[in-house]
Amino acid sequence: MSELLVVENLQKHFPVTHGLVFQRQVGAVKAVDGVSFTVNAGETLGVVGESGCGKSTMARCIARLLQPTGGKIIFDGRDITTLNRSDMRPIRREMMMVFQDPYASLNPRKRVGAIVGEPLEVHNIGTDTERKRRVQELLEIVGLNSEHYNRFPHEFSGGQRQRIGIARALAVNPKLIICDEPVSALDVSVQAQILNLLKDLQKDFGLTYIFIAHDLNVVRHVSERVMVMYLGKAVELGSRDQLYREPKHPYSGALLSAVPIADPELGRSRKPIVLQGDVPSPLNPPKACPFHTRCPRFVEGKCDVDTPLLESVGGDGTHLSACHFPLEHWPMTEDEMRRVQGATPVGAAD
Amino acid sequence: MPPALEVKDLTTRFRTDDGIVQAVSGVSFSVEQGATLGVVGESGSGKSVTFLTVMGLVDPRQADVTGSVLLHGEEMLHASQHRMREIRGVKIGMIFQDPMTSLNPVKTIGWQLEEAVLIHQDVSKKEARRRAIEVLKQVEIPHADRRVDDYPHQFSGGMRQRVMIAMALINNPEILIADEPTTALDVTTQAQILRLMERLQQEFRMAIVMITHDLGVVAELADEVIVMYGGRVVEQAKVNDLFAKPEMPYTWGLLGSLPRLNSSGGRLEQIPGQPPSLLHPPSGCPFNPRCEYVMNICSEQLPELDPSPVGDDHRYRCHLDDETRARIWTQKRAAMVSEDAA
Repeated sequence: MSELLVVENLQKHFPVTHGLVFQRQVGAVKAVDGVSFTVNAGETLGVVGESGCGKSTMARCIARLLQPTGGKIIFDGRDITTLNRSDMRPIRREMMMVFQDPYASLNPRKRVGAIVGEPLEVHNIGTDTERKRRVQELLEIVGLNSEHYNRFPHEFSGGQRQRIGIARALAVNPKLIICDEPVSALDVSVQAQILNLLKDLQKDFGLTYIFIAHDLNVVRHVSERVMVMYLGKAVELGSRDQLYREPKHPYSGALLSAVPIADPELGRSRKPIVLQGDVPSPLNPPKACPFHTRCPRFVEGKCDVDTPLLESVGGDGTHLSACHFPLEHWPMTEDEMRRVQGATPVGAAD
Repeated sequence: MPPALEVKDLTTRFRTDDGIVQAVSGVSFSVEQGATLGVVGESGSGKSVTFLTVMGLVDPRQADVTGSVLLHGEEMLHASQHRMREIRGVKIGMIFQDPMTSLNPVKTIGWQLEEAVLIHQDVSKKEARRRAIEVLKQVEIPHADRRVDDYPHQFSGGMRQRVMIAMALINNPEILIADEPTTALDVTTQAQILRLMERLQQEFRMAIVMITHDLGVVAELADEVIVMYGGRVVEQAKVNDLFAKPEMPYTWGLLGSLPRLNSSGGRLEQIPGQPPSLLHPPSGCPFNPRCEYVMNICSEQLPELDPSPVGDDHRYRCHLDDETRARIWTQKRAAMVSEDAA
């Protein structure tokens, strides 16, 4: 399996300045704070995390829509981290994005044909006639009517607009498509249509996906490997089965535990782990482990002093977690989580 | 003891320049005190308009409303504005989807909570403030006595939703209507809010109506469920029965299109097309244009809300006969289960 994308220690810090005339930097929002992972050709890497974890910022850094402040992005063997605009241009054909909001990501003043054809125009692909034919072909591929070529976005539903966005992403035959919450804004029945479409397209065109979502059920369904992010850091990375059957990081456990289950008997028989408090601000992240302020396994003197690194949790080295006291088994209740082997966490019952 | 809320044959039609929008057509259900009713539906199902109508928040100059809404036996539907103001915020509390747009950004939350008390109760400002702090504590806002003087933007999304719940509860309502209360929140925050609502319901014996498109939330919280489509109730049942043996194609489609935590990534069941226009609703069964099992009669005649073979408590709308429906569901169920096991 070849590695299509290698991300090493990616960092994106947004400076916070004080003053109008002389802007002094007084702090930084560490939106992405040292994230490393690889994506193999043809696979789907799911990225999950809640608001403010940095997953969208990370996606934009990879696509070079934002300039990283640190780290490396190696795409198809080439270091693209600091490429200038003209060198980046041919790479942009290979890496496209599908966005969350089907109402905001399409230019309302352009017709659908022009929207889907824009990448072809930008990259100077084909003649006008060839482009038109290609666009009509793409509309059919994503399940729309090629006759809709001359319509405006507002004439379509949310699900259809998302299909237009996907058609646009496909136009230049990219290798990688970064999907940033592509189905969150859609009704459940339409969501299924789009997920099925994305899977079919992956098979038909040999696509690689980075699939960012907050819905763990959706991520489970589409991904081969999954990365969990919290406050700008990757806290767990592994195969789908590894993460969903044997999560190692307490935050992953809490996330899995919090997902409502569409089965009344199953759902009500379990005791979910309910985290206290809110996610801290990325302006002032907690010292060492970013999760320690809410972690049921928090051990004072260790978790707030030593930053845990993303390390293998055993087996064949494909399952990584950034935790000093990874979960020993799963499922676990909150009480069981508090009983850390080898240390006494704060707040554990005796 | 009459149910906390009983709605009979509610119909809401909006008069617009383009024609008449049949937002809600003949909707009936009831909620007992202390129980939770889940209302499931997607965009355009009529679920939100139903409850705006129940609350008297639909403008009579634009809408025609018929039917009956009984609050503990008292008819509310054409009650005077004065009576509605006594009821809203006192007997019925309502929370909406986006807490940031529901809270006034230029007033402190203390001011907004106190206003909710002072409008309805003849008490002093000091008492109103005491009550505001008390209810903030009940919704687990830390340092309530300090935070009462903060502005909405100083709270996180989850905290703001708690403030909304506090405002809905401050006058001890008998019913809480929650319209997509956790959709805009992260999953761990959602878990906190749902736990909170459960606890408050037990403590205060409130009836809760939980309007959502999220079947997982319904499975966790609801005692009974109604499924709405195209402005109508298409199925209603106790929650266990709905998930165990759904009786009509739209519900099958909803359940089948859910990616589940233990699914292995096969194709999801998809419902083709999109929800119907309520300006020109389909004739007959509202689901017929998208239904895989459609027959000629489906576009000619609206199926009645009939009891299922199992009992009166479970009702559904479909022209397919009992045997066919049971067979189809058994097949679909088997397909879902075998996928889970893979």
